[in-house]
Amino acid sequence: MERTLKELKTGEKGIIIKVLGEKGAVKKRLMDMGMTSGAEVLVRKVAPLGDPIEVNIRGYELTLRKTEAQNIIIK
Amino acid sequence: MKFALVGNPNCGKTTLFNEITGSTQYVGNWPGVTIEKREGKARKIPEDVLIIDLPGIYSLSPYSMEEIIARDYIINEMPDVVINIVDATNIERNFYLTTQLIELGVNVVVAMNMMDAVEAKGDEIDLKILEESLKVPVVPITASKGKGVKELMERSLNVAQTAASAASSPPLQEIHNESIVASIEEIENRIIPTLESKVQNPSWTSLMLLEGDEKVQDALKVPVASLNQIKVYQENLEKKFDMDIQTIVADSRYRFTTDVTRKAVKKKAQASDLTISDKIDKVVTNRVLAIPLFLAMMFGIFSITFGTVGSSTIDFVDGLVNDTIATFVLSLLEGAGAAVWLQDLIVGGIIGGLGSMLVFVPQIMILFFFLAILEDTGYMARAAFVMDRLLRKLGLSGKSFIPMLIGFGCTVPAVMSARTLENEKDRRLTIMLVPFMSCGARLPVYALYTAAFFASNQTMVVFSLYLLGIVVAVLSGVLLKKTILKGEVAPFVMELPPYRIPTFKGLMIHMWDRGKGFVKKAGTIIFAAAVVIWFLQYFNFSFQAVSEPADSILGAIGRAIAPVVAPLGFGDWQSAVALLTGFIAKEAVVSTMGILHGVAEATESSTDLITALQTVFTPLTAYAFMAFSLLYLPCMAAFATIKREMNSWKWTLITVGYSTGIAWLVAFLIFQGGKMMGFN
Repeated sequence: MERTLKELKTGEKGIIIKVLGEKGAVKKRLMDMGMTSGAEVLVRKVAPLGDPIEVNIRGYELTLRKTEAQNIIIK
Repeated sequence: MKFALVGNPNCGKTTLFNEITGSTQYVGNWPGVTIEKREGKARKIPEDVLIIDLPGIYSLSPYSMEEIIARDYIINEMPDVVINIVDATNIERNFYLTTQLIELGVNVVVAMNMMDAVEAKGDEIDLKILEESLKVPVVPITASKGKGVKELMERSLNVAQTAASAASSPPLQEIHNESIVASIEEIENRIIPTLESKVQNPSWTSLMLLEGDEKVQDALKVPVASLNQIKVYQENLEKKFDMDIQTIVADSRYRFTTDVTRKAVKKKAQASDLTISDKIDKVVTNRVLAIPLFLAMMFGIFSITFGTVGSSTIDFVDGLVNDTIATFVLSLLEGAGAAVWLQDLIVGGIIGGLGSMLVFVPQIMILFFFLAILEDTGYMARAAFVMDRLLRKLGLSGKSFIPMLIGFGCTVPAVMSARTLENEKDRRLTIMLVPFMSCGARLPVYALYTAAFFASNQTMVVFSLYLLGIVVAVLSGVLLKKTILKGEVAPFVMELPPYRIPTFKGLMIHMWDRGKGFVKKAGTIIFAAAVVIWFLQYFNFSFQAVSEPADSILGAIGRAIAPVVAPLGFGDWQSAVALLTGFIAKEAVVSTMGILHGVAEATESSTDLITALQTVFTPLTAYAFMAFSLLYLPCMAAFATIKREMNSWKWTLITVGYSTGIAWLVAFLIFQGGKMMGFN
C-alpha cells in the first residue's frame, strides 16, 4: 500500500518509492541525505510540539518537517 | 604539499585536524563569505604538508555555501590529496560524498574514523573489500585517541608522491548504471570536444552537465545548442526511469554505496534496536519532559554564567584593570612626567574603555564553554528539533533557536552562531532579531534604574524588560518575514548526531576558537572608540580642554540629539550622551550617567547617582529609558560582528536603523501612552 512518510506512525517502517516535488535545493538535500528509492525508513518519534519528525534512515537519525515528509512516497 | 580534509559534518574532522596539526591551527576566512576554513602544518612527518580543513558537507552538489566552497577549493586549488573522513558507524550515507569525490578523479584517501565505536558496537568492517570496491586506500583511525593517524599520513604521502589513487579509482562506469554511463559518454564524445574552454576532467564534467549543474555550465560557457542537446539526454533518462535527472543520479550513487556497505559491513544490531543515544533521546526529546528539561538546563547555565561565578570574575577583572593596572600605569606616567591630558587619555580613555569590555571576557568564555558542551554532545541539534514548530510560526527554523538563546548572554557570539543556518534569508532575519534578546551588558542599566525607581519590585520590572525584548523580536519576525525578508519557508532537514562524550581538549579548543575572535574584533574597535569618545569628552570645538563635560564636543552633540529623544520623556543632554556612549558598550550608559551628573566611581548601586537620577527621571520616563536602552542600536562590538556576518553595509544599516526605529516607537508608546493613562 502506498502512503506518504507523513502518514506513518511512530515505530512504523517503510521502503521509499520516490520523492515528489520540483527539482531544486530541498529535493536535492533530501536526496543527498539518503532519501532515495529503495531505502528503508523507520519513524522514530514526533517532536513534542507535533512537528518535525525524527526518522532512522541508512543507519542514522534524520529530522524533517511533515511538509517535507508528505512528499516522500513509501510502501 | 597540500592535503584537504573533507567529510560530513560531525564525522570528527576537526578532531583529526587538531590531531594532525597540533596547536598551530590558524582560523581564517574565505574571501567574501563567512565560513571558516582552517589551515595548519602537519607535524610528526618529515615532509612539508599543509592541511586544509574544509567545511563539513554532505554532498558536493552546489546548493549550500559550504558545498560550493569545498567543491571550488578542490577543483581550483587542486590539493595533492583529498583525505575523506568517514564516520565508520555511518558508512552508507558518508560514502555518498566519497563517491562524488571519486567521480571528481582526484587523489582520495579514505580515513575510516571512530573505529573504536564500531568495535564497541560489535560490528565488523572488512577494509579489504572497501579498498577493492572504492579502489582507493582506506585507513582505519580513531581520531579522538590519535590512533591510525600516523599511518593515514604515510599512506596519503605515498599517494601524493606516486599519484596512485586517482589512476586506479573506479571509473564512473562502476558507480553508475549503464544508461547513465551511456549518456555521459555521449556528452563526453559529442559535446565536450566542441566547447571552447579546455576541460580538465571530461567524464566528471559530462556527468555534471547531465545532472544540470549550472555552475559547471556557466564556467564552461556551454552554448544553448549544446544545452538543448543535453536536455534530450536528460529527458530520455527521465522517461526511462520515471524520475527527474537529479533523482536518477543520486539514486544511482546510493545504489553503489548501499552495495559496497552491504558487502563490507556486518552489523550486529538492528535499526530498531535502541542504542544508548536513543535511550537518552527518549528522555531528552520526550513529549512531556523535553521543554521543562530544556528550560532547566538553560536556567542552570545562565545562573552559573551570570550568577555568582560569572559576576565574581567580573569583579576580579574589574579590580585588576581599573585598580591594579590603572594605578600602576598612572604612577608610571606621573613618574615620567607625562602631560595631564595624556595621563587621562591612557588611563581614563584607553584602559577604562578597554576595561569595560575586558571585564566580560571571562563570563563570555564560561558561556562559550557551556555552549561547546551543548554542541559537542549533540544536544543543540535536539533543541532545534524540539523548538522548530514554535519558531516556524515566526518564519524561522529550529536552527535559529540557538543564536537567540546565546543572545541573552552576548549578541556577538549569537550573531556568529547564526552561521549554521543555510538559508540566507533566515540567517539575515535571525541576525536582525538577535539584538532584541536582552544581553548581559544591559543588566547594569536595569539594575541602576530599577534601584532608583522600582525598588519594591525590581525583579518583576527587569523580567518585564526581558519579555519586552522577546515580544518585540516575535512581532518583528512576523513583520520582516512578510515584508523585506519575504521568501519561502526554508526546509528543515537536519541530522541528529548520536550523543557523544566531548573531550576536555575539544571543548577548550572550541571555546577558545570563538572567544579569541571576540577579544580580537571587539578589542580593536573598542580601543579606537574609547579614544574617540574620550577626545570628544575632553575637548571643546576649539580643542581646548574643558572643565565641565557639558561644554565639551560631546556635550554639544548631546544637546543636538536631545530633541530627538525628548518625546520619549528624557530630553536632557546627559541622557542623550549616555545613550550615545551606550553604543560603545551598553553598560557604559551607567558610567556616563555618573560622569555627567558629577558622580565619580558610578556603579549601579551608587546612592549619589540614584538621588541625582531621581531629580531628572520619573518612574515612567525611567521605564521608557530602559526600554529604549534595551532595543536601540546594538553596541559597537555587535555592530562590527553584524557587519562581518551580513557581509553587506546595506543589511547592517537596515538592522541598526530598524532596531533604533523600533526602540523610539516603543519608548514613545510607553511614555505617551503612560502619560495619557495618568502615570508619571
